[in-house]
Amino acid sequence: VHVPDGFIDAPVSIAAGVVAAGGVAVCLRGARRELDDRIAPLAGLVAAFVFAAQMLNFPVAAGTSGHLLGGALAAILVGPYTGALCIAMVLLVQSLLFADGGVSALGVNVTIMGLVASLIGWLVVRAVLRTLPYGRRTVLAASFTAGLVSVLASSVTFVGFYAIGGTTDVALDTVLGAVVGVHLLIGIGEGLITALTVGSVVAVRPDLVAAVRDRLPRPALLDAPPTEAAA
Amino acid sequence: VSRRALFLVGLVVALVLAGGVSQFASSDPDGLTKVAADHGLDAKEREHDLADGPLSDYSAKGVDDDRLSGAVAGTAGVALTLVLAGGLFLLIRRKPESERQDEQETVDA
Repeated sequence: VHVPDGFIDAPVSIAAGVVAAGGVAVCLRGARRELDDRIAPLAGLVAAFVFAAQMLNFPVAAGTSGHLLGGALAAILVGPYTGALCIAMVLLVQSLLFADGGVSALGVNVTIMGLVASLIGWLVVRAVLRTLPYGRRTVLAASFTAGLVSVLASSVTFVGFYAIGGTTDVALDTVLGAVVGVHLLIGIGEGLITALTVGSVVAVRPDLVAAVRDRLPRPALLDAPPTEAAA
Repeated sequence: VSRRALFLVGLVVALVLAGGVSQFASSDPDGLTKVAADHGLDAKEREHDLADGPLSDYSAKGVDDDRLSGAVAGTAGVALTLVLAGGLFLLIRRKPESERQDEQETVDA
């Protein structure tokens, strides 16, 4: 969903920039609680991983591809505040160095892919984890659902920005149907990649995964390697 | 699995994805680009302000071989994102008690 320059008009792009800056400021404060010496380097790696995964466009329909947004994935792994910051950093690097995503659209992109996707992804994964008994299948189902819903939420938010500041005059229901329709397919890919990645990390170190840490059965917590502090 | 091992495995996976697997990625336009082109949302799209940058469009300028150029750009992007995000997170992280006391003493002095 990288929005280029010229899709959204200047006033709404600036307003989105203000929203994004405010959101990032909130995240910088909130992330302090999620980050300590152990997690900070891994959170940096999450951002780098999302950058890499976003390069992998997968086909979703004839002549159309999609790629991971990563907001839900990052939020599940390192928490919603840090997750949103991971995506914001990826978008900044992409826009300024890779000419991917307009510089004037950075506020829109950070809002839809960073803030909205991470927040919605986090809320969905936590809701599913609370509802179902903890287990491997629950983690996979929760991650898949969070990935899928986060992409839909991002695409709907984009249409919201288009509705108030679109530079072209295309009927809104057409835009909504087309944008959300294709992102339903991309969301399935997002859900699969999110579940695969979260599943892999949970298989080896569930205690390092922000969304599941407090859901672990007690014995797993007691089993945590005692050498952790030295590692 | 130690955190260090997890970090190294994750980093290798990211580098392989960005530097190698990415050349097999679909080159079709992504969902938003396609929809925008089909319905004319992109009529007023402007070229990216930094389209001439050394890594623009995920290819390293000055590297003639397409695959190598993409691999260099992808690897550079992973490294850069890791350093910038990791640096930010180390900067804002919760400090251990001892370090906080040190800082407090410095402030007091």
